[in-house]
Amino acid sequence: MADPVKLTIDGRQIQAPPGTLVIDAAKRAGIEIPAFCYYEGLSLQAACRMCLVEVEKAPKLMASCTLPVAEGMVVRTETPQVAQARKATLEFLLTNHPLDCPVCDKGGECELQDMVFRYGAGESRFTEVKHHVEEKQWSPVVFYDAPRCILCFRCVRICTEGMGVGALGIVNRGVLSEIAPNHGDHLECDECGMCIDICPVGALTSGAYRYKTRPWEMEHAGTICTHCSNGCKVTLGVRNHEIVRGNNRDHSGINGEFLCIKGRYAFDFFGHPERLQSPLMRIDGKLQEVPWSRALAAVAAKFQEVKGRGGKFGVIGSTRTTNEENYYLQKLARQGLGTNHIDHHRSGDLVTLIDALSGRPNASLATTADLYNAKAVLVVAADLASEQPFLSFQVRANYRHHQARIYVVTEKAVREDAYAAAVVRGGVDGVESLRERLAREPELAILFGASVKGEELRKLVEFGSSLSIPVKYVCLLDYSNSRGAIDMGLMPELLPGCRPSEQPGMTIPEMLACADLDVLWVIGANPLARGQLASANAFAVVQEMFLTETALAAQVVLPASSAYEKTGTVTNVTGEVQRLASPLRKMGTKPDLEIIGLIAKEMGLAPLMGPWDAGKVFDQIRQTAPGYNLPLPAIASGGAAQTAALNGRVAAPSRPELIQSAANGLFESGTLGRYSKILHSVLEGRGRT
Amino acid sequence: MTFSTELEAKFARLLASYPPGRQRSAMIPMLMFAQDELGCVSAELVNEVARRIGVTPVQVEEVLTYYSMLHRKPLGKAHVQVCTNISCLLTGGAELWEQACSRLGIGHKEVLPDGSISLEEVECIGACSWAPAIQVNYQFHHFVTPEKLDRLLASLRNENPHAV
Amino acid sequence: MLYNEPSPLEIKVLTRRFGLPNSAHIDTYLATDGYKALRKALEMTPKDIIEEVKVSNLRGRGGAGFPVGMKWSFVPRDSPKPKYIVVNADESEPGTCKDRLLMEFDPHQLIEGMLIGALAVDAHAGYIYIRGEYRYLIDILDKAIAEAYERGYLGRNILGTGFHFDAYTHTGAGAYECGEESALLESLEGKRGVPRIRPPFPAVVGAFQCPTILNNVESFCAVPPIIRDGGKAFADLGVPKAGGTKLTCLSGHINKPGVYELPLGFPVDKMIQEVGGGIRGGKKLKAFIPGGSSCPVLTAAECEGLTMDYDAMAARKTMLGSGGVVIMDQDTDMVKAALRIMRFYAHESCGWCIPCREGTAWLRKILQRFSDGLGVRGDINLIGELAKNMLGRTFCPLGDAAALPTISIVEKFRDEFEAYLTRQPPPSRAEEPLRVIA
Ligand SMILES: Cc1cc2nc3c(=O)[nH]c(=O)nc-3n(C[C@H](O)[C@H](O)[C@H](O)COP(=O)(O)O)c2cc1C
Ligand code: SF4
Ligand code: FES
Repeated sequence: MADPVKLTIDGRQIQAPPGTLVIDAAKRAGIEIPAFCYYEGLSLQAACRMCLVEVEKAPKLMASCTLPVAEGMVVRTETPQVAQARKATLEFLLTNHPLDCPVCDKGGECELQDMVFRYGAGESRFTEVKHHVEEKQWSPVVFYDAPRCILCFRCVRICTEGMGVGALGIVNRGVLSEIAPNHGDHLECDECGMCIDICPVGALTSGAYRYKTRPWEMEHAGTICTHCSNGCKVTLGVRNHEIVRGNNRDHSGINGEFLCIKGRYAFDFFGHPERLQSPLMRIDGKLQEVPWSRALAAVAAKFQEVKGRGGKFGVIGSTRTTNEENYYLQKLARQGLGTNHIDHHRSGDLVTLIDALSGRPNASLATTADLYNAKAVLVVAADLASEQPFLSFQVRANYRHHQARIYVVTEKAVREDAYAAAVVRGGVDGVESLRERLAREPELAILFGASVKGEELRKLVEFGSSLSIPVKYVCLLDYSNSRGAIDMGLMPELLPGCRPSEQPGMTIPEMLACADLDVLWVIGANPLARGQLASANAFAVVQEMFLTETALAAQVVLPASSAYEKTGTVTNVTGEVQRLASPLRKMGTKPDLEIIGLIAKEMGLAPLMGPWDAGKVFDQIRQTAPGYNLPLPAIASGGAAQTAALNGRVAAPSRPELIQSAANGLFESGTLGRYSKILHSVLEGRGRT
Repeated sequence: MTFSTELEAKFARLLASYPPGRQRSAMIPMLMFAQDELGCVSAELVNEVARRIGVTPVQVEEVLTYYSMLHRKPLGKAHVQVCTNISCLLTGGAELWEQACSRLGIGHKEVLPDGSISLEEVECIGACSWAPAIQVNYQFHHFVTPEKLDRLLASLRNENPHAV
Repeated sequence: MLYNEPSPLEIKVLTRRFGLPNSAHIDTYLATDGYKALRKALEMTPKDIIEEVKVSNLRGRGGAGFPVGMKWSFVPRDSPKPKYIVVNADESEPGTCKDRLLMEFDPHQLIEGMLIGALAVDAHAGYIYIRGEYRYLIDILDKAIAEAYERGYLGRNILGTGFHFDAYTHTGAGAYECGEESALLESLEGKRGVPRIRPPFPAVVGAFQCPTILNNVESFCAVPPIIRDGGKAFADLGVPKAGGTKLTCLSGHINKPGVYELPLGFPVDKMIQEVGGGIRGGKKLKAFIPGGSSCPVLTAAECEGLTMDYDAMAARKTMLGSGGVVIMDQDTDMVKAALRIMRFYAHESCGWCIPCREGTAWLRKILQRFSDGLGVRGDINLIGELAKNMLGRTFCPLGDAAALPTISIVEKFRDEFEAYLTRQPPPSRAEEPLRVIA
């Protein structure tokens, strides 16, 4: 590294690496220079002129957002001249900007409002007629109000650079300039809403949120998105026990500023009118509402009876319940009910990967941070932009900020093609043709989709090792806690922490096909959407949010809370454990942890199970599941803790034939997606329902 | 979209004029030359140019709406551009503009109903030393007087007998 | 046919072929020392070529007056990237109409200038960016380029030396801002004419992200005479810090408006009276724009003893600019002039930065209202203050170009603004709608 540059900002001696911009150097020293167009990580604009500062010996004010530090430079960020310039710029900005903060959707969290408050350009000398343009709706979720737009171009940049979509442009010139969508009068894009979040003013607003409330009237709960395995942190704005907004308030999650459409808008299943709010029991052949006590008693009695006579249980766990719930469930199944017939919907062959990596010193699992830092990234058999939105963003950011080389081996065209160093169209064998180039890389991160499993996956790992460079892997998975379901032992062949079970039980297809199954207990899954239950006499208990195909076939349906109403932890696709935290609860529902606990209690198994308190259960996980002995403060404060890498053989048979990804695109998310009006409205808008 | 063979030849030459991978450079000339042939830049043309140079249509829109000589709607067969910038202003350009408007009964960027003549008040066209100046399509008229303007408008009408 | 009679006071260096029959044809060019400088340059080292241009004291003719030789020396010759020549033929500065003539009457001189520039920096391709309105020049230049290819002055193995160079014309489409060098490069790359962040300057990162020398047409056209006759001869024509001649465009209230090639340092008074034949109608000079509408306006008194050169203009707080001299007589309405100038900048502001985008639009509205007789006393100070709030704070010099003349007009002709306030207001008039471009 070159020697740091020494300079003075506001009288303070500061050191910064060469090439650092003055605005960043100042920020690191705790001096905030105001700016609209400057946005860390996006290309430089120097358009808003708010960041002008005084630099000794310079004939005029300089834009600190494009000014690299120089040895001996003396900068002053708050002189009367600077303040006057900022006030003047704000006065210019307000000439055509509506002065109706009290009714603007952004009021209260508007950067322009804050800036005017700080520099005072409150009274205007502008007495001319303002240039007016009507507000436009560009998509079900994106509205644009040109007069409020200050043309900082953050939206255009986040869409083009961050998302790799490029759906927004700038049209006209001079004072008539405005932002325009890619299809004349409407947008066709990922609908991620990044443009809305990044807009400093009320120009871009969210169709899902606008004019519903005021920012200060909401409670803000930082939790983890429940839709896919990437584990983005999302801030839910809650008012009157309803979620009114999802956004990315403090950028404190692993996802930084990123959220996709699901994370931002598809919380609306929460308030869907078909949400179950009372337990149901099959009485006279029909599902009828009953009190919790009756339903729980019936379930416990049945379980007790079947257990007593050594009957057959089949337990199907969820990919979106918490680690605590998953752990508690398998414990009750294995130790309480005495069954190893427990499974979940498998969407990636992580087990084979862990096994294949054992004993290879130069190979390990990648973290999301690795995807941003690795010098080279290889994407195999996966459409990241569609199915793994945040990982896709991360890889793109790595390319943008570090010029990482991206390699693509996929059957179909993918977004990464546009900036890939090399693209191979075809199956996983295609990696061979990249051998020479990859071997010349200093390191590599490989992401692979669900179709790479079993022997093929072992071959891929073999290929990775043969490159003789450090290689890290991501086995792509579907759902918010797919990873946690594996780690917590929701598999007949594996106990928590991938320890082999001595007596592997039945898998999902085997349970469904088992003619003499006595109880099928399903938590947050919908196996009957695709399968048939062979056992005519099986007593089905389903914990669900909606009357899914499986719930409709149940004897007892117990209304479950969603991830947005729970506390506990989930583990994302790259093994980062994060905390769910929410002040919400849909009336009538209970978190699955509590439901499982209550069933255990009814069965007299409370002493065995311990309390259904997420913290206490997590303590048990830390002790039993290798890799999960994590620093609690990191998680408790809303951060992410990386599970320790397992290194060792997984002495259990891998079942690649059971692995099937739902390949959920951007606008789909299993059962939750079916009950999101927002996702539907976007699809309908495109005639693709 | 199909174009005349001359225009296709121009396109081919343009696309070969820039370094490899820089075909986007041909965008503005392509739009200008195509507009000369087609009368305006239609949505279809936007898509066609975007396709040929490998950009998105919105990237073409961005450019199209920036440049004052590119337009989405057809102008008159004779597009009369009257400069009223400083040198022309000092020598009667503003009066010529008023005269043209009142003679034709149309205003800025308007077209006679029969499409023969359109008017535009333009910024300096680089004829300041021979002001006041007018451009009809790409042709310059220098030292324009009110009489010359009347004759010019009349001749444009004669070429286009259906004009008012 | 020339557009105006030449003046006997001219020193014809760049324009010496103007008026010759068929002056644009390569045969005419070759018969009058054409491509001689190229042959000479082919024998010189790049360093010597640049040195010769430095000796000539040639300063950029596009407006900023930066020494051309120095600019060329900034090109990193050892960079592995290709290098480019870009000719700024966007000529859009109000009052300026000289580059047009250089291209119309002597296109080969420009091509030869590009070739010599290419030798100096090891470039192998060059683009002439021509404003869209000058369509006829594309035909003329394309024809000249074709002739040069045919005779071996362009293409592979030029004059058997192994040197190769390709020249292309490129049309703009109506945008003053594309005359600004970095906006021009964006436009050349098929984008909106929005300037780039500088540094890096084009010499280091220019066209297609490669080192580029970008100069005005007249700057390139001065290079063949400099190489042919030596930098010193050119330098001697001008003043100590600025060599050679300058094409000067006289316009406005003058008897013999036209483009004249005058040595730098030519007295303004002589230029108006003898070259331009005096103010029209025997009137008196009121205001003087020395180099296009972006320059601060001078009063008649300020023109006394003034000469046409960079430093003399700087001493009077204005600029030699592009050579667009606009003469305004005693009857000129300075409020209307200020309005027209601001209308231009509001129309041409690219919209990128706040002070220019909003400032020009606001000033245009105030000046329009003022000139409509609806001004109020506070407007006069407000106009000056707003212009000063733009000055030095915009992303590119267009903001200054709009602010400077405005400040100079309200300050120097304040009495005219005051007088407007006491006039009878005309019948009320609807707000003029903003022009939608495209
Ligand atoms: C708003 C603006 C418009 C300009 N227009 C032109 C122009 O039309 N022609 C030109 O040669 N230079 C123009 N310039 C100057 C160029 O930026 C650049 O300095 C010049 O082309 C460099 O060439 P030179 O050194 O030979 O003068 C303009 C500058 C600005 C800021
Ligand atoms: S990427 Fe996945 S986890 Fe992140 S916001 Fe989108 S759906 Fe949620
Ligand atoms: S001012 Fe009219 S041509 Fe220049």
